[in-house]
Amino acid sequence: MSRQPSISADKITMDLLPQKFGKAGVIWTSILIVLCLVGLFAYYRQLTQGLVVTAMRDYASWGIYISNFVFFVAISLVGSLITAIFRLANVGWRTPLTRISEIIAVSTILFASIIIIVDMGRPERFTHLFLYSRLQSPIMWDVIVITTYLTLSILFLYFPLLRDLPALIKNSKSGSGLQKLYSFLGSFWKGTAAQFHISEKATTIISVMIIPIALAIHTVTSWLFATTYRPGWDSTNFGAYFVSGAFLVGAGGVLIAMYVFRRAYKLEAYITEKHFDNMGKIVVMLALLYLYFNVNEYLVPAFKMKKAEEHHLLGLFTGDFSILFWTTILLGMILPIVILLFPQGRRPMPAFVMGILVVVGAWFKRFLIVTPTMLSPFLPMYDVPESYMHYWPTWEEWSITIGSLAGALLIITIFARLFPIVPIHETIAETEIRKPEAV
Amino acid sequence: MRPLPKIIPLGQIPRRNFIKGALLSGIASGCSSKDPFTAAAKEEAVQPSGETVKLLSTTGEIIEVDKAYLKPLEEIPSITNVAERMGIDGKKFVMVIDLSRCRNLKRCQEACNHAHFVSDAQNWIKIYPMQEAEHTAPYWQPTTCMHCDDPPCVKVCPVDATFKRQDGIVGIDADRCIGCRFCMAACPYSTRVFNWDKPMLPPEVMEMQYSSETSCPPKIGTVSKCDFCPDMVRKGELPHCVSACPNGVFFFGDLNEDVVTNGSETVRFSDLIRDRSGYRLMEDLGTKPRVYYLPPVDRLFPFENESKTPEG
Repeated sequence: MSRQPSISADKITMDLLPQKFGKAGVIWTSILIVLCLVGLFAYYRQLTQGLVVTAMRDYASWGIYISNFVFFVAISLVGSLITAIFRLANVGWRTPLTRISEIIAVSTILFASIIIIVDMGRPERFTHLFLYSRLQSPIMWDVIVITTYLTLSILFLYFPLLRDLPALIKNSKSGSGLQKLYSFLGSFWKGTAAQFHISEKATTIISVMIIPIALAIHTVTSWLFATTYRPGWDSTNFGAYFVSGAFLVGAGGVLIAMYVFRRAYKLEAYITEKHFDNMGKIVVMLALLYLYFNVNEYLVPAFKMKKAEEHHLLGLFTGDFSILFWTTILLGMILPIVILLFPQGRRPMPAFVMGILVVVGAWFKRFLIVTPTMLSPFLPMYDVPESYMHYWPTWEEWSITIGSLAGALLIITIFARLFPIVPIHETIAETEIRKPEAV
Repeated sequence: MRPLPKIIPLGQIPRRNFIKGALLSGIASGCSSKDPFTAAAKEEAVQPSGETVKLLSTTGEIIEVDKAYLKPLEEIPSITNVAERMGIDGKKFVMVIDLSRCRNLKRCQEACNHAHFVSDAQNWIKIYPMQEAEHTAPYWQPTTCMHCDDPPCVKVCPVDATFKRQDGIVGIDADRCIGCRFCMAACPYSTRVFNWDKPMLPPEVMEMQYSSETSCPPKIGTVSKCDFCPDMVRKGELPHCVSACPNGVFFFGDLNEDVVTNGSETVRFSDLIRDRSGYRLMEDLGTKPRVYYLPPVDRLFPFENESKTPEG
């Protein structure tokens, strides 16, 4: 660790306490709010006029709402990777990244559930899912695991946060709304040994529980596709393929968030170059893994070229979707692998750019999983208007999708405004443990 | 002869009428005659016709009532949603499509679209020009819903909005459907369509009470598809596509009776399938369709587009 052991506990607390938005923060938040409002307006149009405002039609009956849903579910997996897996594996450098990844997990899984309601033709019948639920439908499995994961993720965010709340209560203006919020959340936390013991135990239990649930949310989401007969989806590999892709996009998301928070909150002493170096290596490993599954998913069927698969695969390799397909593979997987293999490439700035490539590539990858398959039915598309045979989202779909992405970012932004994005208490504790060694 | 009033389940009778009936029978029980009809009819001064019918009273006695005292009920769906979901007892509907007769006239499609208020781009019956391989003969293949015995759409529906009935029909309850469109992704026959827009309907259709047997009125934000016209079957008639086809392509019938008919020819189903080498679509998927096809052999007409509508 390059962190200086001489940093005092007070200095750490002052460094890590949430800060008021600067000019950039205000502009950023306003842009997000505007994007959300545009998305809400587009959704209002969809609610009043029906799904006819989208470009989806009977063949491409699932579009970017579904691929965006898969993207959200995917990126939310990072919470379990950094917080739970690293915790159980005792990865020492994870501390400053835990809360970042957990808030990403909470906000994205929340928006995954929102966007799936947006996709429904009859959102007002949402309650039917509970009144008439049939357990054999993979949608019900998704409802169950996603609500479980959301609950666990919120607890996983909240329990470690408790230890920071005394400092927040002490350092906020007395009587202010903010202090009331902090007191409401954690005035019962006195920091006694018994409380620490319970908290420690609870966190360990959740870290164990959340790993199978996290694997389940993305496996079940992949089964929404893999339980059908369609070319491109009819695969026994889909669960592992989706989980590996999810870890990749999540790790990419953390790279971006690390860079942004480090810059915005001047956290250079806490999120160090070492963190970028380590996360960069993890991204390389995950990207290689995902590339491996991609080779499996595309090369094996392409070798056989079954009649039903042919239209789908040729559409990706040389047809309508080829530019997007190859760009996603090259920029979203191969280039990050190459760049991040080099120590120079794992410095904050290039690692941040690679993180963006990974995340944007992952979004389009989900589009490529959903749409080309929908446009490759078993019986030919015939005797339908031209608009039925292609799919390119309308402005309403784009606005709603961008609005949902902005909404997820807004939650993360507001959270970072209210709470320390790097855990204060844990950082202090670790510094104190390290002190005797340094002396 | 005047039609007898429809016998309807209690659930369908408005509560107010039911109470009124009960009150009348209460008054009537004081009279010598035990039927409430005569007493009520006397109050309204209805002339007896002299013809009587025997009815079972609420107390379990056989009573004799003058026919003129019985009023026909207005047209309301005679079966409940629960009964619709159960299907018709003792039936196993089956369809045979004779490809050797199909000339792509699209009369089936027109009749179906007209009866179910289907818009042109969203036909429930699709007629595909098929050619298995480069040098094989092209033919026209009409598809309806296959009403699979192992329906992939029913498996994935999270809310029981699409269901398998005991008579073999796969139905949709548009009052239940949440519009998730998972069934559309699951169906390998691309048979399902979605009401993306508000359906364009005449006002009297819009006011109709929804029935999953007529699939009318179609509802925005829900999935629709071929329903095998069980409402027609209940009336003792054939589905619209069957009666509309001038070439007798569609045979419809009951597997339990082992009989199918296209309206003019009535044949034994098992003989037809055996003698004409009947098959089903995408047998390898294991969906077990209830629609069988007869191969396009011995056609006495060329393969050309004879439909009036231009190709899409």
